[in-house]
This record gives sequence, C-alpha cells and structure tokens, in this order.
Amino acid sequence: MCMRIEDHIIIGKEDSGAETVEITVDGKPIPAKVGEPILAALLAKNIIINRYTVKNKEPRGLFCGIGQCTDCAMIVNGMANVRTCITPVEKGMVVNTQFGIGGEGNG
Amino acid sequence: MVERDIVVVGAGPAGLAAAIEAAKLGAKSVLVVDLNMKAGGQLFKQIHKFFGSSAHGSGVRGIDIGAQMLADAQKYGVEIWLNSAAVGIYGGKVVSIEKNTENKTPVLTNVVAKKIVIAVGASENVIRFKGWTKPGVMGAGAAQTMINVNRVRPGKRIVMLGSGNVGLIVSYQLMQAGCEVVALVEALPGVGGYGVHASKIKRAGVPIYTKHTIIEAKGGDRVEAVVIAEIDKNFAPIAGTEKTLEADTITLAAGLKPISDLVRLSEAELVFDGVLGGWIPKHDRNMETTASGIYVAGDATGVEEANTALEEGKLAGVAAAESLGLVSESEAGKLKGEIWYRLDGLRMGPFGEKRMKAKAAQIASFPGVGA
Ligand SMILES: Cc1cc2nc3c(=O)[nH]c(=O)nc-3n(C[C@H](O)[C@H](O)[C@H](O)COP(=O)(O)OP(=O)(O)OC[C@H]3O[C@@H](n4cnc5c(N)ncnc54)[C@H](O)[C@@H]3O)c2cc1C
Ligand code: FES
Repeated sequence: MCMRIEDHIIIGKEDSGAETVEITVDGKPIPAKVGEPILAALLAKNIIINRYTVKNKEPRGLFCGIGQCTDCAMIVNGMANVRTCITPVEKGMVVNTQFGIGGEGNG
Repeated sequence: MVERDIVVVGAGPAGLAAAIEAAKLGAKSVLVVDLNMKAGGQLFKQIHKFFGSSAHGSGVRGIDIGAQMLADAQKYGVEIWLNSAAVGIYGGKVVSIEKNTENKTPVLTNVVAKKIVIAVGASENVIRFKGWTKPGVMGAGAAQTMINVNRVRPGKRIVMLGSGNVGLIVSYQLMQAGCEVVALVEALPGVGGYGVHASKIKRAGVPIYTKHTIIEAKGGDRVEAVVIAEIDKNFAPIAGTEKTLEADTITLAAGLKPISDLVRLSEAELVFDGVLGGWIPKHDRNMETTASGIYVAGDATGVEEANTALEEGKLAGVAAAESLGLVSESEAGKLKGEIWYRLDGLRMGPFGEKRMKAKAAQIASFPGVGA
C-alpha cells in the first residue's frame, strides 16, 4: 500500500506541482518529490527505520518530525547525521541507513 | 560582521508576528531564523478551524493564518532564513546561527542584533513504556506534520496516547487522512480536551479508554501490537486488566513543554510554572526578559494557543520597536493596550483563565514590577 495521501477531504488533491525524481536508498531507487523531506519519501514507501543505535543496535525512526530529536538521522550524499525530517529531497540523492553515531558502523 | 536591528528566533506565529509588527513600525532590518525547512511553525499542520473565544481568528484554519502572515512578512521586507538554527546567544546581542546549505557542512554565522526575540515554541512531552523507542512510536505532532504538511501516512493502525485537544484533534485528522485510529488511551478518569473535539471521535466509534495507559509496544523492528492496562489511583497498572490492540503506530499526545535551552544560554532568568508547561523565561508586560533587549513570545513563554502566541509576538515587536526609538511612548502604549485587551479576551474560559492567572502572577513577580 502506498502511504501517500493523494486526495484529502479538507486540503484537496495533491497539487504542489513538485517534480517526482529518483533517489537511491540503501542501493535501491525510490520515487520522491523535490522539496519534500527525505523522511516523507521513505514513509511513502513504508520505510520506517532511519538508523541503528551504537551500542544496542536498536532501530530508530521518525519521532519528533521537526528536527529536534535526531532519531531520523541518515547518511545523505556521504554526510552522516543528516536529519531527514527537515532535509528536502533533491534529484539523485544517495541516502543510506546509518549505523552508529557518525556512521562508523556502516563499514 | 552581519548586523541587524532585530533578530527573531522561530518563524511560528509568535516570531512572525513580532517581526511583522516591528517592520511595520519602521525597523529597517528584521531577520527571522528557523531551523525548519518551512516557515509557519505549528500553523501549517493545523487544517482544522481554530477554537478560541469570540475574538478574531477562531473559525479560521491555521494554514490560512500562516499564509497571510508569510505574505505580510514579505510585504514589510522581513528577511527569513530557513534551515537555520540559533545555537547560542552571547553578550545579550550576538546570535549564533547554524545554517545548513544543501547538505554541505553547516555554516556558522554570528549576527549582531540590537534586539532579540526568542519565539522557539514548545516540544512534545515524552511518555516512556517498554518498547517506546521502536520505530512506529512518535509524537502526535510528528504524525500531524506527516499527514497534513507532507501528505503521507505514518502508519495504518494507530493508538493515540492522550485525550487532550492535541490527542483529539490529531486523532480526527489521522482518520481524515485515511488511517484507522484503533483507540485513544487516557490516564485520567475523563477526557482532557474540549467536548466538540471528543464527540467527533466518539461519533466515529473510536473507543477512548480512560484510566488506562500503554504498558508495552510489542514487535520486532517496528510496532506490531500495543498492550494497554487499566491503572489505579496512583497510576500503577492493575494486573489482569491488560488488553492487546493490533496497531503499527503509537502517537504520543502527553502535552507540550516550552523550549528553554536558548533562553538559558542568553542568561535571562527562568522560573518553573506547572500550568504553563515547565520552565519559562521571566518577562514583563513588554515580553522583555531579565536580560535587557531580549524578548520572548508564544509557546516558549508558556504553552497556549496560536492566537495568544501571535498577540504576544506583536507585543514583543511593538516593544522592541519602541526601545529602538521608532515609535513614541504614547503611540506604543496605545498599541500595546489594544494587544493586551485582545490577549485578556483570548484567555477566557476554564482553560484560559488558569493560564491568565499564571501569566499575571508570573509578570507580577518580575523584578521591579511586583508590589
Ligand atoms: C496538534 C496541535 C493542535 C493545535 N490546535 C490549535 C488550535 O486549534 N488553535 C490554536 O489557537 N492553537 C492550536 N495549537 C497551538 C498552536 O499551534 C501553538 O500554540 C502555536 O503554534 C505557538 O506558536 P509559537 O510561534 O510560539 O511556536 P511554534 O509555532 O512552535 O513556532 C516555533 C518555531 O521556532 C522554531 N525553532 C525552535 N527552536 C529554534 C532554534 N533554536 N533556531 C531556529 N528556530 C527554532 C521551530 O522550528 C518553529 O518553527 C495546536 C498545537 C498542536 C500541537
Ligand atoms: S524525527 Fe526528530 S529530528 Fe527528525
């Protein structure tokens, strides 16, 4: 099931006119809209794990949605600790699940 | 060196109102910074018509108020930096701003401001239970941002913890977005929010379990089931009353608390107030803190509503413009009088009055104001 809301009873149809592009997530291409938070594009595809903690290797995902908790941090275009809930999608972005604080567990 | 007349931290209703008001009164360079990628703060999540007393604003949707404010900001030449977090305030006038540019290393800019307005809003309280860190457990505000701003569902079957206005409104909006709300869980014996919002939930046939709490989020790498239980007078779960609900998402609506870290760094004094949600900066009727030239407004000074945040922002804007010598004392006095009249009007009703008293007591305790 796609998690996108195409038609909404109050705010109507999706009409932002945002271009749909491809981004690469853990090696696989997914569609995303330019300017939407990376996290939204992932949620749309039911991908809800953004990173794993250092010690216990526990999964983390969306928690605050406004850039305050860092649970949604991923490696974006090679840079670790990017909060995907407040970082807009750009064409061709390469996004990877982050293991550990600085991605040192990504090997 | 970057210099501005006024730097406002936070582009929610409070911050935008402060900036617009000051710019209207003639402040030349007004800069608003926000760490988010969009301006508007909480406003753009709120697709429902606003509650509130008969004063202006009720009946209008938050998104429409937000759009109007952005247009006004532009009209009066207010500068807005997005993806820009204020990370410190030094010497009462330097604001350190960390700007993220296209995923390159963040750039730190120090802006020297004649006046500073802190309008950073509030953050959601966290409730901990077994499994609370699992993906699928999130703030109600986070879920609301996803459905109403980003148009994507955070999950399919939702259990909402908390039945205050936020819990009720977000539950209803999740249904409007096509999610199934399985249940609301409330620790207190009664529903917390307004009756109008509660009846929408009840009409939709969603159970509200009062005197209950969540004791566990079950599942592997994501929530798969939620265990709830009845609680006794001391909020301890009663053995044998556990129920397991099938759900993939838990949203937490356990109240908000003012964000106070920046105020702490600014050296303005804080005071604890339970009614207003936590640690709040001491301020006077001009919204000025104990650190001269630093003003505060909105949820950061005590959790209230968008309309009160907006009026407090205006107060701070007028007061800042006055102290910059842009308006006469009598003109400023008149403007502030009108704003206070509206603020008092907004703080009516059972919830509002409590907050009005808390605010009044707080202001009365301000150094030099009290008896
Ligand atoms: C679910 C929900 C429903 C609501 N419904 C209503 C309603 O019906 N009617 C009503 O009147 N009110 C309602 N409210 C309350 C209302 O949204 C808030 O009271 C109001 O938005 C507060 O405005 P503010 O400007 O103080 O804070 P916010 O709107 O939270 O704005 C603060 C801004 O500051 C930014 N910020 C924070 N820290 C920094 C930093 N260090 N650097 C840069 N920027 C920073 C944030 O990104 C944010 O944009 C609701 C709130 C919620 C959560
Ligand atoms: S979800 Fe909290 S920072 Fe992104």
